[in-house]
Amino acid sequence: MKFLVCISNVPDTTTKITFTPDNKEFNKAGVQFVINPWDEYALTRAIELKEAQGGGTVTVLNVGEADTEPNIRKALAIGADDAIRVNAHPKDAFFVAQQIASIAKDGGYDVILMGKESIDYNGFQVHGMVGELLGIPTVAPAMKLDMSGNTATLEREIEGGKEIVEVATPFVASCQQPMCEPRIPNMRGIMTARTKPLKVVEPTGDAPRTQVTEYQLPPKKQGVKLIPAESAGDLIKLLRNEAKVI
Amino acid sequence: MSVLVVVECDKGEVKKSSLEVASYGSQVAQLLGTTATAVAVGEASEASLTQLGEQGISKVLYDAEPRLKDFVNGAYTKLIATAAQKEESTVIVLANSNIGAAVGSRLAVRLQASLATNVVELPKNDGGQFTVKRGAFSGKAFAEVVLGGDRKIIAVKKNSIEAQHEAGKTATVEAFSAQLADTDFADAPKQVVMQDQAGGILLPEADRVVSGGRGMKGPENWNLIEDLAKALGAATACSKPVSDVDWRPHHEHVGQTGITVSPNLYIACGISGAIQHLAGVNSSKVIVVINKDPEAPFFKAADYGIVGDVFDVLPKLTQAVKELN
Ligand SMILES: Cc1cc2nc3c(=O)[nH]c(=O)nc-3n(C[C@H](O)[C@H](O)[C@H](O)COP(=O)(O)OP(=O)(O)OC[C@H]3O[C@@H](n4cnc5c(N)ncnc54)[C@H](O)[C@@H]3O)c2cc1C
Ligand SMILES: Cc1cc2nc3c(=O)[nH]c(=O)nc-3n(C[C@H](O)[C@H](O)[C@H](O)COP(=O)(O)OP(=O)(O)OC[C@H]3O[C@@H](n4cnc5c(N)ncnc54)[C@H](O)[C@@H]3O)c2cc1C
Repeated sequence: MKFLVCISNVPDTTTKITFTPDNKEFNKAGVQFVINPWDEYALTRAIELKEAQGGGTVTVLNVGEADTEPNIRKALAIGADDAIRVNAHPKDAFFVAQQIASIAKDGGYDVILMGKESIDYNGFQVHGMVGELLGIPTVAPAMKLDMSGNTATLEREIEGGKEIVEVATPFVASCQQPMCEPRIPNMRGIMTARTKPLKVVEPTGDAPRTQVTEYQLPPKKQGVKLIPAESAGDLIKLLRNEAKVI
Repeated sequence: MSVLVVVECDKGEVKKSSLEVASYGSQVAQLLGTTATAVAVGEASEASLTQLGEQGISKVLYDAEPRLKDFVNGAYTKLIATAAQKEESTVIVLANSNIGAAVGSRLAVRLQASLATNVVELPKNDGGQFTVKRGAFSGKAFAEVVLGGDRKIIAVKKNSIEAQHEAGKTATVEAFSAQLADTDFADAPKQVVMQDQAGGILLPEADRVVSGGRGMKGPENWNLIEDLAKALGAATACSKPVSDVDWRPHHEHVGQTGITVSPNLYIACGISGAIQHLAGVNSSKVIVVINKDPEAPFFKAADYGIVGDVFDVLPKLTQAVKELN
């Protein structure tokens, strides 16, 4: 079975977010980029399923410029077999989805996995767009994924519960915990990753439909008002009379 | 050419986030000089749909197909696309929920629309071109986004728009069929498992949240969290390590890799305030932190704080709430 795992290159979760002085771009200076944490679930689960099936391939795909290659290599070190990079700045979700759909179609992938959402842009939308572009089901967000032959059983999180869903390949799923325990690269993986194929292709498709014109930081908090532990009950009065939230 | 609003229902009631979406949609309709029509999904009752008039909705389309009671991505997408065609809607508004995002992203492709998720304000309309403000970088920033093209889809972040209530106004409910076929139900659930909600309050929809971290020491102490939550009418939540070791279920885990909440009140008990935790809660209107360590980073993000032992402070707070009521 052929798995395609889409990974996004995002600022590390501890990054202090700042923007260029004109507020038009994210300030990348000094920022460490990582594989989007949710995409690690997709990647590890694909590798586990491939291993369980005793055959098949896991291909990682990123839409990004050359600076994303260290994280693509990391995905190869974790256990993907090969990689494709679409050589373009990921302009918006629709643009990214078109690249993924085009590669998924040409490569005849059976299972297309991605993360629930990117932690930088928080779009939560690439999976649905890819599914629709390919005319196949999307299960988003999935907490569990098992395969038996060409049928997948998934747990889809809905507000307040979950749905057990069965779909046949090909399908798209966006992954989140507790699907698996994400793997980290070991020494052997890191060594073999260097020689695994990484193909660079040029983008296709239509123009993006959205454009960011400005970024803003949230307003600063006023500072904390401390209440002595002995008179903890006063907090409740403040929440009613001052903050008016209870 | 009305604005189409997608309204999620559960057990006969319209979800709170969908009341917000309905208000948002009717305000966009005013901006464009048109009306707002809702299309209802899930288990709806006629009475609750009629009441959407209070949020400025004039008409509600409802397809009584029984299989639409549960979420089915394929069928919901077709239902809403059909409603949008019937109403000739160029703007569709839905909740930034698991359902809203799953359906909105498919609709964007099917209807060739531009899509913005996680939107926190009404759009600025510049001759038909919309600019919206949306949350980005996991609560650490906002982005202004221009939506191009003739059709636009907006997914509204929970608790960022106040639901309006014009008492007495009603909407007409119209039976509607999207002629759904079996193939539209390819991803229909085989089974639906709902969680036991503490006090029946759904965390993603909650106005108030009481949350516990590793400082609570163990699952046997969660009655302190639950008691305060119950007294306040709040939902309960937890930090990631707490759900990782199964003190609490995964669906209560908030933060960068859990769910994002934006209640009016978030009370953090024995949580240090790691940046990944803050990412999921920092758009809460009022944050209260209870921690025995005065240097805990969470105090920097808090509005009110108590430096103290949760085992001493929590019962006092619960008592004070009870005295208030
Ligand atoms: C500095 C910066 C500037 C940006 N400027 C703009 C802008 O002007 N306009 C705009 O619309 N967007 C902009 N983006 C967002 C960026 O283009 C996103 O990668 C794209 O929109 C998809 O992210 P999402 O959050 O919508 O994806 P989501 O739907 O949240 O992602 C779901 C999953 O899709 C997969 N995925 C997402 N992105 C990629 C990718 N690039 N390659 C492979 N798989 C992927 C991952 O598996 C991810 O978990 C910017 C981002 C950054 C960091
Ligand atoms: C990629 C990544 C993603 C992550 N995503 C998330 C996420 O989504 N959500 C999340 O929560 N975390 C996340 N984390 C983990 C995060 O970094 C922190 O480790 C975690 O939030 C700490 O949880 P905690 O505050 O409960 O525990 P601790 O950091 O151990 O803090 C416990 C606190 O309790 C206080 N305390 C102890 N005893 C008492 C007492 N008796 N009374 C009062 N206070 C007391 C202590 O002073 C301390 O401040 C992520 C980490 C990574 C690397």
